[in-house]
Amino acid sequence: MNFKKDFPIFENKNIAYLDSGATAQKPKMVIDRIEKFYENSNANPHRGAYSLSIEATFQYEATREKIAKFINAKSHEEIIFSKNASESLNLIAYSYGLDNLKKDDDVVISIMEHHSNLVPWQFVTQKTGSNLKYMYINDQFEISENEIKEKITDNTKIVGITHVSNVTGTINNVKEIIKYAHKKGAVVIVDASQSIPHMKIDVQDLGADFLVFSGHKMLAPLGIGVLYGKKELLNKMKPFLMGGDMIEYVYEQKTTFASLPNKFEAGTQNVEGVVGLGAAIDYIESIGYDKIYEHDKELVEYAREKLEKLDYLDLYMTPNRENHSAVISFNIKGVHPHDVASILDSMGVCVRSGNHCAQPLMRFLGIDSTCRASFYIYNTKEDVDKLVMAIEKAYKMFEKYIQK
Amino acid sequence: MDNLDELYNDIIMEHSMNSYNKKKMEGADFSEIGHNPNCGDEITLEMKMDGDVIEDMAFSGHGCAISQASTSVMIDTLRGKTIYEAKEIIRIFIEMIKRETKDESELEKLEDAIAFKNVSNMPARVKCALLAWHTVEDMIEKGESEGKISCKCCH
Repeated sequence: MNFKKDFPIFENKNIAYLDSGATAQKPKMVIDRIEKFYENSNANPHRGAYSLSIEATFQYEATREKIAKFINAKSHEEIIFSKNASESLNLIAYSYGLDNLKKDDDVVISIMEHHSNLVPWQFVTQKTGSNLKYMYINDQFEISENEIKEKITDNTKIVGITHVSNVTGTINNVKEIIKYAHKKGAVVIVDASQSIPHMKIDVQDLGADFLVFSGHKMLAPLGIGVLYGKKELLNKMKPFLMGGDMIEYVYEQKTTFASLPNKFEAGTQNVEGVVGLGAAIDYIESIGYDKIYEHDKELVEYAREKLEKLDYLDLYMTPNRENHSAVISFNIKGVHPHDVASILDSMGVCVRSGNHCAQPLMRFLGIDSTCRASFYIYNTKEDVDKLVMAIEKAYKMFEKYIQK
Repeated sequence: MDNLDELYNDIIMEHSMNSYNKKKMEGADFSEIGHNPNCGDEITLEMKMDGDVIEDMAFSGHGCAISQASTSVMIDTLRGKTIYEAKEIIRIFIEMIKRETKDESELEKLEDAIAFKNVSNMPARVKCALLAWHTVEDMIEKGESEGKISCKCCH
C-alpha cells in the first residue's frame, strides 16, 4: 500500500522522514479540511447567535463527539481540548494533583516518562509534600511485573505511565498497571502521545482515569491536544485556566463555572486544530488501525533486522517484538548522535538526536543522548534502506578516529 | 553535501577524538563550565595566565565532534595570545559562525579555527561550535569584573 502519495510534503521534499515520533506529516485530507474551514465556516464558536458561528460551533463540537467515539469514551463531556499533551498533563497536575495529594502520599511514574509527564509531578509533589517515585526498566527496556508491584502500594495516589516510550518504543502493559493501581486505590494517567498514531485506544477497556495525547503526532495540525478524563473525576476538579467561555455567572467578586467540558476550555479555542484533528481521525479510520499496525510492524521488523546486523551500533529496544512500537533509538559506538544526525541529514534522512525530553531515562541508561528513527504509515522500506546507507557512511567517516 | 565532508575534515576529527588539550590542568587560575542542555554537551575550560598573556588552557567534558574539536582548536589558537588579541579572535570566530563577517584579513587571524567556517551553513550545529567560545568569553568577563584579568593593551 502506498500511503506516501497522500502526503504533499513528499512531493516537495525528497527525504526519508523518520521523525514521526516528534511530529507526523499531514495528509492532504487534513490540510484541505482546514482550508475549507477557513473558506466556509470560520467564526468564533459558542459566541454568536448568527448561523456562521453556529456552523463553527457545530464543527467544533461534532469533532468532540468524534473523538469520544474514537477512543470509546462514555460521553463527549469527557473530552477536553488543550494545546498539546503537555498542557493536558499540566491540567491534571494542577487541577487534580494539587488538590488531592497529601503529605507523604506517593506519585509513581515510570523512568521512561517524557518531561511533560515528569516535571509537573515534581512541582506538585514538592508543593504538597508528597513523594515522587519511579518504576525503572529492566535490561530489556521493560517494566517488570515485580517492579510495578514493588512501587505501586497502598500509599500510591497517582500513577503516570506512558503507553509507548518515545525513546525505546517499549509498549507498556498499561492495562495491567491500571488494574493493579486501581486495586491499590490510585488514579492512573496514561500518556498516549506515542501510541495513538499506531494503535486503537479504548479508554474503557484500558480503564484509564485520564488519558492524554497530542494531535500533531497523529496526522493532525500542531497546537491541538486532548485530555480524556472520567466524568466523575473531571466534575470534582477545579478549572485550570480562567477566562471566557468557561464561566456560568461572573460577579464582581466571584464566579460560578460552566459545566463540562467548557469548564476546562478558557478563551477562544484552536478550532482549526480541532477540525484538522477530526480530519486526521477520518483519515486513520479510512485506513483502519489493523492495516496501520500491519504496515508499521512490517517496516519496523525490516529496520530491526537491518540495524541489528551493524555491530558498531548500540540499540536501545526490547528483544520482545510484540512489546515494541515504531521507535528505534541507536548510537554508533564512540560517535556523538548529533554528528550522526548531521551526516544523515546531508543524505536526506531526518532523524532526531538528543535526549528526547527524557533526561532521567538517559541518565538511567548511562548515556547523554541517542539518535532516534521513528516510523509511520508513509514510510517505506526504501526509507529504511536510505537510513542504513547513511549510517554506514557516518560510520565510515568516523571509523579511523573512533577510540576503541 | 560537499560542506559536510569539508566540515568533518582531519583537523576537526583529530581534535575531537584524540585531543592533547583534553586534560586536567595543574594550578589553573580560571575555570568555567559551559553546557548545552539540549544536547547534553558539557565542557570545563581551565586557563592559566602570565600577566595579560594566556599561558595555557585545557578542557575536559564530553559532547559531539564539533563541540569537542572547536574547544580544542580554540585552545591552540588562544594559547600565547594576549587577552586583547584573544578577545578579538573570539569576536571574529563568533561572527564567522553567525555569518556576520567574511573579511578575509580578519578570518586569517583565526588560524586553524577557520576549519569551522562551514558550520555557518548548518544552523543546527552553530551551538555546538560556539560552546567553548562563549564559555571562554564568560570566563574572561568574570575575570575582568573581579579585577583578576586586566588588559594592559586596551585603553
